[in-house]
Amino acid sequence: MKFGIVVFPGSNCDADVKHVVEEVLGLKADYLWHKDKSVKGYDCIVLPGGFSYGDYLREGAIARFSPIMEAVTDYALKGGLVLGICNGFQILLEAGLLPGAMRKNDSLQFRCHDTYLRVENAETPYTCLCSPGEVLKIPIAHAAGNYYADEKTLQELEEGGQVVFRYCSPSGEVLSQYNPNGSLNNIAGITNREGNILGMMPHPERCAEEIMSGVDGRKVFDSIVCWLKERCAL
Amino acid sequence: MKSEAWKEMGLKENEYELIKEILGREPNYLELGMFAVMWSEHCGYKNSKKALKLFPTKGERVICGPGENAGAVDIGSGKAVVFKVESHNHPSAIEPFQGAATGVGGIIRDILCMGARPIALLNSLRFGRLDSPRVKYLFNGVVSGIAWYGNCMGIPTVGGEVYFNRNYEGNPLVNAMCIGILDHDDLARGRAEGVGNPVMLVGARTGRDGIHGATFASEELSSESESKRPSVQVGDPFMEKLLLEACLEMNKAGYVVGMQDLGAAGITGATSETASRAGLGMEIDVSRVPLREEGMTPYEIMLSESQERMLVIPKKGKEGEVERIFKKWDLEAVVIGHVTDDGILRVKNGNKVEAEIPARALTELCPTYSPEKKEPSYLKETRSFDWSKLPVPEDMNQVLIDLLSSPSIASKEWVYRQYDHMVRTNTAVRPGSDAAVLRIKGTRSAIAATMDGNGKYCYLDPRTGGSIAVAEAARNVVCAGARPIALTDCLNFGTPEKPEVYWQFEQVIRGMSEAAEVLGTPVISGNVSFYNESEKGAIYPTPIVGMVGLIEDISHIRSQGFQREGDLIFLLGRTEPELGASMYLEVVHGLETGRVPALDLKKEKAVQELCLEGIRAGLIKSAHDCSEGGLAVALAESCISGNIGAEINLVKENLELPELLFGETQSRIIVTVDRNKGEEICALAEKFGVPLSLIGEVGGKELKVKVNGISGEVINLSISKMEKAWRGAIECMML
Repeated sequence: MKFGIVVFPGSNCDADVKHVVEEVLGLKADYLWHKDKSVKGYDCIVLPGGFSYGDYLREGAIARFSPIMEAVTDYALKGGLVLGICNGFQILLEAGLLPGAMRKNDSLQFRCHDTYLRVENAETPYTCLCSPGEVLKIPIAHAAGNYYADEKTLQELEEGGQVVFRYCSPSGEVLSQYNPNGSLNNIAGITNREGNILGMMPHPERCAEEIMSGVDGRKVFDSIVCWLKERCAL
Repeated sequence: MKSEAWKEMGLKENEYELIKEILGREPNYLELGMFAVMWSEHCGYKNSKKALKLFPTKGERVICGPGENAGAVDIGSGKAVVFKVESHNHPSAIEPFQGAATGVGGIIRDILCMGARPIALLNSLRFGRLDSPRVKYLFNGVVSGIAWYGNCMGIPTVGGEVYFNRNYEGNPLVNAMCIGILDHDDLARGRAEGVGNPVMLVGARTGRDGIHGATFASEELSSESESKRPSVQVGDPFMEKLLLEACLEMNKAGYVVGMQDLGAAGITGATSETASRAGLGMEIDVSRVPLREEGMTPYEIMLSESQERMLVIPKKGKEGEVERIFKKWDLEAVVIGHVTDDGILRVKNGNKVEAEIPARALTELCPTYSPEKKEPSYLKETRSFDWSKLPVPEDMNQVLIDLLSSPSIASKEWVYRQYDHMVRTNTAVRPGSDAAVLRIKGTRSAIAATMDGNGKYCYLDPRTGGSIAVAEAARNVVCAGARPIALTDCLNFGTPEKPEVYWQFEQVIRGMSEAAEVLGTPVISGNVSFYNESEKGAIYPTPIVGMVGLIEDISHIRSQGFQREGDLIFLLGRTEPELGASMYLEVVHGLETGRVPALDLKKEKAVQELCLEGIRAGLIKSAHDCSEGGLAVALAESCISGNIGAEINLVKENLELPELLFGETQSRIIVTVDRNKGEEICALAEKFGVPLSLIGEVGGKELKVKVNGISGEVINLSISKMEKAWRGAIECMML
């Protein structure tokens, strides 16, 4: 099983994801250069956090034109697992692989702290080891995580079970005071209709070891591994 | 040449005469400009060099001390940490966002050019009082500038400190520290070794920004400073991120002989410093420098402080390889000259020689001064101040709440939540405890880091204040479970030509040196920032200490929060009748006066050793230094951080109540141990000769403090009430 981690100019959580895959999960991971044109041979592609192209113009707006994004799009449309974390989520939105858009946080400030997430759909490749309604503690670090979609899209997301994570209280109540950025319906992470592409603002790679004050993020990675194993067994 | 040109550039008459003597002729305009920036206080340290020699700089772990771009210290496992602090006070006073951002960018490059990967940033900030709209603007601008640059670089900002005091109203302080890590083999130096080796300029193009920035940093701020806004550089963290990755890749590949960042004095500084360190010369051609705009003169090119550039001296024949790596990262790398054997820095424009100066003359021959010193007269009055005539407030609960919500003590969450403090997944103890802790991947070890400095103490007693700055920083990393191994310092002072300021400067250095000697923490790098004066007067003398400690095993990592119901709370050290210079006097009575708490370095060392040993033996579960606000504030912080209360019973002896609760006696640490380990910690304390007292136990949802066992607490506050006051204070003022 092998993970591919895309490195855009300005990516800065690439090494963190690689560390989790290799040192915590004991699996293989390669960096994929943004100028590459192929993602063949990988079981999961990760678009990591950071400031691709300095976030100039708009978060993710330039990265989506990178040569590798054509291959990632192709891979995703054929059902491959694509996980976009933070800036990766923003790139997926700009690339049109996920619906909606990101606005600046309603505080107009960068925010970095722990958040609590309620697992709204425990049947995705990224949450299959969670129970529905389970609360995960995973930190955020972003300036633009204020998710927006028009009413119709939002309704489709909700009805299709595409909202995977929602900001909530430590005990799981979805309330506006626990929403760190103003995102609609407290949305922290969504998938495409098929469920193979996940975009999430919080950083699961930052809390996958005891020493990092929490291990809830590991559930996302363990779920991916479990899901891939089961699919291979079929 | 116009006779007053040297004056306009900030040179003195004797300096101008010396330049003529060195060259054996009149300098031309470009040469004069090069001398002016290199001989500015900012680059030349002309008023501080002699006093700085007092610092202890050697130690068994020190790989590289002052004189290089940053100091390096061994941390075992074949690895070393590199760190340094630098000020960006003047630019931040004029343009807070870019001023602070480029301060961060500059210190990152200092670490990078040692061949190290930057792994953490810290910052120490001083502003006026938050009720002024101008101060709010500066505070907000500085914090968001730091956040913008550090976050985009993917380097976590893990700690620091912020104080608010009217003395900094016209002249805020922005001191940024960066820590890097490297394998010993990868250590690079800022030396242009090897005659004939090419000299390359890499990274961003050169523009007209920041010309004479170093000179601007070497004068007092005035109403005309606003017009110097063009002297403030503009940052591009994305460019610097690419530069960082490319430089590390190039260094790892073994192509590099020397590396130097372009900071103050731009190309002039980098070329003369690298040549001079190697005892060689350099010839460069400004017509090869990639420019951001057309029509720039050699003068502008040589003095530009455009950001995100580095000077690289690769091995001859490796220019192509270097170019290839930079091209991969979409960056330019251009050969602009070569190393020569004649010791001359020769600047050509095509075939025309524009400047010829001995490289050493720019970096080494700058005249040094020993300005006049005089003890300030105010000290007589402040030393004899007697607080016993002041009324004592009846409600100590209210005093504690007032202290917790005073911006200097209140939680800095409003600040650090804007900083990505977790990226790179090493931050084991986040901002808000005594020191931040970063694990070192691939080893069992970790490092702790903090920044500390108390300007008020130094104003009231510079020598003791200097010692306390070092001692407290060391104590902070000890509380995290680390042995302090080395420090970096940023000395922020007023105008050195004023005898009172220079007296303070020298006294502070003496005090710092004494403490650094006893505590075994050599000074491995640093920065001096003079002329921190505005029309509102000089700042408090403010030395900032950046301390790094080593934790040999991650199981020794500690933080300040109380851990478990029933744990025993001990105070290491003894509270003395001291209330001078305290936050209590400042907040309750509006007074900044009195005697600074005494510091006995032997006692301090013993307390630190005891705490470390107690942590390593697994006895101590949490540790928190008593500093501003005294014992009561420290207890409240440990309750809030651990989200659990405490019942405390203090013995008053000869102390007055405010001294007991809010006095700032040094060399005290609050620790907790398991109920059944009480005797063990007492035995250990005896072994180290440290007085220790059992002051209470952890539990409940309130902080309750009794005195002499008398029923009826002098303090009884719920955690939620204390937390609201402490956590909400700054946010409330910034709404």
